[in-house]
Amino acid sequence: MSGLFYLATLTFLIGMVWKILQYARTPAPLKIPTTPAPPTSAGVVARLARETLFFESLFRANLLLWFFAVLFHGGLALVFIRHLRYFVDPVPAWLVWMQPFGIYGGIAMVLGLMGLLARRFLIRRVRYISTPSDYLWLVLLLVIGVSGLTMTYVAHPDVVALKAYIQSLWHFTPAPFPADPFLTLHLLGFLVLLALFPFSKLLHAPGVFFSPTRNQADDAREHRHLAPWSQSELESQ
Amino acid sequence: MATPTAVPTLDPTTIDQFTPDAMAGVRSFPAPPEIQGAIGFAPELSEGWEARAIARMGELLQENRALRVFLDACVHCGACTDKCHYYLGTKDPKNMPVARQELLRSVYRRYFTFAGKWFPKLVGARDLTRDVLDEWYSYFYQCSECRRCSLFCPYGIDTAEITMAAREILNHIGYGQKYTSEIIGKVHRIGNNLGLTAPALRNTLEGLEEELKEETGLDIRFPLDEAGAEVLLVTPSADFFAEPHIYSLIGYAKVFHAAGISWTLSTKASEAGNFGLFIGNHQQMRKIAHRIRDAALDLGVKRVVVGECGHAWRVAYSFWNTLIGVGSGADPDDRYGHLLQKQLDHRYKQPSHICEVTWDLLQRGAIQVDPEANDHLTVTYHDSCNVARGSRMGDTPDGAFEIPRAIIRKVANRFVEMDPATIRERTFCCGGGGGLLTDDLLDVRIKGAAPRMAALREVVETHKVNFMATICAICKAQFTKVLPAYGFKMGMVGGVHQLVSNAIRLGQNG
Repeated sequence: MSGLFYLATLTFLIGMVWKILQYARTPAPLKIPTTPAPPTSAGVVARLARETLFFESLFRANLLLWFFAVLFHGGLALVFIRHLRYFVDPVPAWLVWMQPFGIYGGIAMVLGLMGLLARRFLIRRVRYISTPSDYLWLVLLLVIGVSGLTMTYVAHPDVVALKAYIQSLWHFTPAPFPADPFLTLHLLGFLVLLALFPFSKLLHAPGVFFSPTRNQADDAREHRHLAPWSQSELESQ
Repeated sequence: MATPTAVPTLDPTTIDQFTPDAMAGVRSFPAPPEIQGAIGFAPELSEGWEARAIARMGELLQENRALRVFLDACVHCGACTDKCHYYLGTKDPKNMPVARQELLRSVYRRYFTFAGKWFPKLVGARDLTRDVLDEWYSYFYQCSECRRCSLFCPYGIDTAEITMAAREILNHIGYGQKYTSEIIGKVHRIGNNLGLTAPALRNTLEGLEEELKEETGLDIRFPLDEAGAEVLLVTPSADFFAEPHIYSLIGYAKVFHAAGISWTLSTKASEAGNFGLFIGNHQQMRKIAHRIRDAALDLGVKRVVVGECGHAWRVAYSFWNTLIGVGSGADPDDRYGHLLQKQLDHRYKQPSHICEVTWDLLQRGAIQVDPEANDHLTVTYHDSCNVARGSRMGDTPDGAFEIPRAIIRKVANRFVEMDPATIRERTFCCGGGGGLLTDDLLDVRIKGAAPRMAALREVVETHKVNFMATICAICKAQFTKVLPAYGFKMGMVGGVHQLVSNAIRLGQNG
């Protein structure tokens, strides 16, 4: 298990750094913000914040989809914060305080995922565009979410041993893994997700920040925007 | 020409009832070898095209961040599936933006991603075969690059960028479209998309001067190649002889006349349109735009103003500064940019849209209008896609919506908006943009116009609207053709400056 932990984390980190560098280094040769767009970079920051925190465009597009997406992503964010308690020691007071919200988040996340999965089966247009991997991602996330909720409500694992295990991973002196069927499933699911993240459509997470239609300021007339490969040809004219 | 198409009805409850591959066989004529060769593309498909296509895709991925991010980021959420006018009108699921993108994305995955190389079935990756290529040719010429999908996508994925990349690959390997390639050849050879030669243009403009002299008794000029003029007007060549386009040209001339601004057209830059955009070819787009830089430098003008043309305004507003330096803000050590920009008058926006010019004059009282002259009209306004979602006017983000409307309200007393879901940034394409304005695609064009026609019908029935103003040459030509298919009079479409032309006072301030 510890080997998988390190392997998945390393794959995730290297893969993400590689993709993010690739996005950052690929030039945007032209100004293509989807207008109306903010004319200043402060406006762009606000636009991206609205897009990533409130899913502004999705809200405009489809309310039901927006609802499930917010339920899932919002829930996931709470769950993520709740899990920090296994990684930090001592656990700060605010993190203790928010623990129940993490559980509500877990429920929201699973409900959101079920909604998203149901859409793929029930709406013919969405069924048409779905690939096998689209279903599998939702199933994987459901496995992680449901196994997590099972450990919260039905079969409690030894969380003290779990925390000791995760702390030991930090120090590269792995303690024995507290074997528990749900915990094993939960963690394996998470590690698969982590390792596949940089090779999958989960790249929408970093991608949205690099999307020229969203991250460019609408100032084409005021500033001469140039890309290296385009400019060098210009100079020779 | 007889209408080959049953006009589709739009019913939100049947949005999911589609017919796979309904439009697969609808293809515009491919470009013959001599047309492709003349503009520097491979003349025709030849041995080894698969490898050349993949190699070109690899280059585009290096050159264009948008393409790279858009091909990775889509999660198939379906937010865009009911947003494209071609899907709504044809009910072919491959006209859903995500499915259209997937035609290219499936090949990208196969050749450029780990998952697609090893688990193609799992992630929907495909080899690039002749069938796939033909599918590209069908469906990437059933996209008008209007960007409506990009407005609703949670990651801002713009199908226009995908379509442009696909068309660039197709052209690169010798599978181009006759309509766009032929026009690009014409603009290089003759100077404009419609092949109007310099003597013919001069003749047309002199004819217009005579006509207006008879009508108004005034010397309203249409100057051509006049060095030292303040304004270079670059307008779509359709404005020189097509109806209703020409009425807007007359409107621009009257505005300049009434305001006492010296202006000129240019034989070298007798075309605002830039079909390099449609085929996603950066070099073509710059080469076509470059005629405007040359004309501006040759004639020594202080301002460059663009006439009523949607995609031309996107290229002018968003790309000219990058491509040819028409704009502001070039560094002093940017010799190419600075050479032109030091000549231009930066108290004005460079370039300016003719609507910005007219609105500014109206606000300052530098021209006067009698809106009663348009009292026989109840006007609505169709936002053109490239103006709405690819550019701006004025100082505020919504200027491209507010300024044309402000002009209309000033020059006409009766103005009505169409359904809010179909105007401003949510506007529907006319159905003929992006390189589809050819008779071999009339079927797609009529079906693609359905959402706009439905919104128009509503205001015709409830408010007796009898004039739809717009500021795009393609919209005007497309509507003239498809309005009759929907039972409307073709004359009910026209330019904003056609209305200005009716209402402007000439004698008093000339």
